[in-house]
Amino acid sequence: MNTTISLLASMDWFPLGLSLKVAAFATLLALIVGLALGWVFARKRFPGRTVLEAVFMLPLVLPPTVIGYGILVLAGRRGPIGAWLRTHFDYTIIFNWHGAVVASAVVALPLVLKSASAAFEGVDRSLEAAASTLRQSPLSVFLRVTLPLAWPGILAGTLLAFARAMGEFGASLMVAGSIPKQTQTLSMAIYDAVQAGQDDMALVLVIVTSLLSITVLVLSNRFFSLR
Amino acid sequence: MRTTSRLLSLVLAMALPLAAAAQQITVSAAASLTDAFKELGTQFEATKPGATVRFNFAASGVLLQQIQQGAPVDVFASADEVTMDRAVEQKLVDTATRKDFVTNSLVLIEPTQGGPDVKTLQDLTGPAVKKIAIGKTATVPVGRYTKQVLDGANLWAPLEPKFVQADSVRQVLDYVARGEVEAGFVYRTDAAIMGDKVKVVLTPSTPTPVTYPIAVVGESKEKALAKDFIAYMSTDAAQKVLTRFGFGKP
Repeated sequence: MNTTISLLASMDWFPLGLSLKVAAFATLLALIVGLALGWVFARKRFPGRTVLEAVFMLPLVLPPTVIGYGILVLAGRRGPIGAWLRTHFDYTIIFNWHGAVVASAVVALPLVLKSASAAFEGVDRSLEAAASTLRQSPLSVFLRVTLPLAWPGILAGTLLAFARAMGEFGASLMVAGSIPKQTQTLSMAIYDAVQAGQDDMALVLVIVTSLLSITVLVLSNRFFSLR
Repeated sequence: MRTTSRLLSLVLAMALPLAAAAQQITVSAAASLTDAFKELGTQFEATKPGATVRFNFAASGVLLQQIQQGAPVDVFASADEVTMDRAVEQKLVDTATRKDFVTNSLVLIEPTQGGPDVKTLQDLTGPAVKKIAIGKTATVPVGRYTKQVLDGANLWAPLEPKFVQADSVRQVLDYVARGEVEAGFVYRTDAAIMGDKVKVVLTPSTPTPVTYPIAVVGESKEKALAKDFIAYMSTDAAQKVLTRFGFGKP
């Protein structure tokens, strides 16, 4: 019992805070991109649409190492985006927690995209048409009719995306590294603790992560059943 | 009936290789031994018909952890004495079989292309060096050697914000070769493998010499073959390969 208390007292809670921060920013990023893409895929018909949609869904099925490698190749120091950012802004996402945000956002995007696309498809088009006849601009129709009708589905997908971003490991590790106090997220702290044989610390972190994820998933289910 | 017997013979045929390859050992070896051991494995198999050697390469600390958790390993080769001492303390290896079989040295490397042109350890504190890759001190021996050297130069604490901790010496090498970090500490044998992408700028002397101990794992079921593999490391043929990869004689 005493050892448990001393373990909890000596725990480093930085990874938990960082994981929440990374997941929040990644979800926001995925939400913005996912909403836009979800709307396009739900409403627009153009050649190559299904293939393009499949491409955006890829992060769901690809190994995280592929995502990590892709980001490294594009945004690494010698990659096209990475070299440009470095020369113009002396900035890099590599070995920086921003890299973990990008990696988590890419991995979380399909979850927002899919649920947003389904939610938009489920909106009764005649209601939108009715709003248009009342001289509402397209943006106003979207904000006042489409979005309010679609939001439970979108929110459920967003929560799932948040949970997924919290759990991101492989791609983030490749891009941001596991630097204590800088880029070491919860999942990386667990990995490091297991590797170093600190099983009790790993166990505490595993329990924390599991509880957090369960909470988010329960909330997500609530919103899905709201639809 | 005929189908059944056919199926049965098929199953038997498939099981045959399993029986034939019964003489198999798994060698858990430090990541820095990867290339040399792959070659030595093939050579060793040629001297022992019917025997196969499987390798498991990772940071020594990670390998120790796996053995501790009961991984079916027959031979353990670590990149430092500290890790092997821990294995001995936890009674995971046969102490009588332990011996040092190669030596190595710690080097500071930077990318060949666009490196910061570091000349001394002190130069690492300069603004041109933004990130330095090192092995995780908890599990990666090269990280511990690095800490000894930097502690000796009173540079560990000032440089700490620049550290990127890697899972193995090969990951440090990769980070430097890709140019994602400006400097890194690896062994000279690793630097030699990526000679076109990284250059050695400094060979600091380590307070503890870099020696590699090898031993038979206590839980091994193929102890005779495991001992043979360790004995093979001392043969001229094996030492020739190890020398070619840059390892020193113990």
